[in-house]
Amino acid sequence: MALADLANPSRFLSLADRTIPWVGGLTVLVFAYGIDQAMLAPDDYQQGATVKIMFLHVPSAWLGMLGWGLMSVAALGTLVWRHPLADVAAKAAAPIGAAFTLLCLVTGSLWGRPEWGTYWVWDARLTSELVLFLLYLAVIAVWRTVEDPSRAARAAAILTLVGAIDLPIIKFSVEWWNTLHQGASVFRLGGSTIYSTILIPLLIMAVAFTLLFFTLHLAAMRNEILRRRVRTLRLMQASAAN
Amino acid sequence: MAAVKHIEFIVAAYAAAVVVVAFLIAWIMIDYRGLRRTLADLDRRGTTRRTARPEPAREQA
Repeated sequence: MALADLANPSRFLSLADRTIPWVGGLTVLVFAYGIDQAMLAPDDYQQGATVKIMFLHVPSAWLGMLGWGLMSVAALGTLVWRHPLADVAAKAAAPIGAAFTLLCLVTGSLWGRPEWGTYWVWDARLTSELVLFLLYLAVIAVWRTVEDPSRAARAAAILTLVGAIDLPIIKFSVEWWNTLHQGASVFRLGGSTIYSTILIPLLIMAVAFTLLFFTLHLAAMRNEILRRRVRTLRLMQASAAN
Repeated sequence: MAAVKHIEFIVAAYAAAVVVVAFLIAWIMIDYRGLRRTLADLDRRGTTRRTARPEPAREQA
């Protein structure tokens, strides 16, 4: 099947129906292995057992940003190429990305209290992450308030592209400003500063979370296509009745 | 066995993850079932997409 064939919603639905059980099953297996490895990982010499929160916090943070990155590509698909599935992909990704960003904020607060002595501080990393969550809520609000799907898609696409400015701010906030949040420790020039006994479980959990995001996104896209079919059929039904 | 320091924060973080992931899965599954039910209901009432309708029989020449 060529990539262009996926532009056809019926073909996409057929592919999603066949793919979701397999990707879902793989997600469960990788999660089981990742959680096992995370629980067996040694405590950090400074943070002790609270380092186990990192196995949730860091993948959630990555997925919050990945979700917005995906929506930004989809926004270009809507505005530039007018791809039929672009706004479906963007709309489906928004609540999932928002949920992972919220999880990042919650787990970060729960990690911050024992390590920093506070649940929250208005430093650049935490504030820019909160801004990302608010941006997600704004995009969801646009989708819910503008009734015409094509108008909503254009408005949400513009907001998404404007909001994409927040992604490099989140990434580089720990370098540009003096923050309580630690600097980059996984993907950085000179290699990771995390020892392999903790880094490997973290990467396995990141793969598990990414697979979960991919599965949920496929399922949410399928729902969105079905929702548009329901809308079309109801409009047909209403016009036939008049 | 020594008590794990700050265990309440670790448990709360994992509980939050379970709640968020369970909510996402349940929401998507319930939404899917509702949409399938609505489409089946519309189909029963005879409202179908053009591509889903059976093609009319062609006259033989």
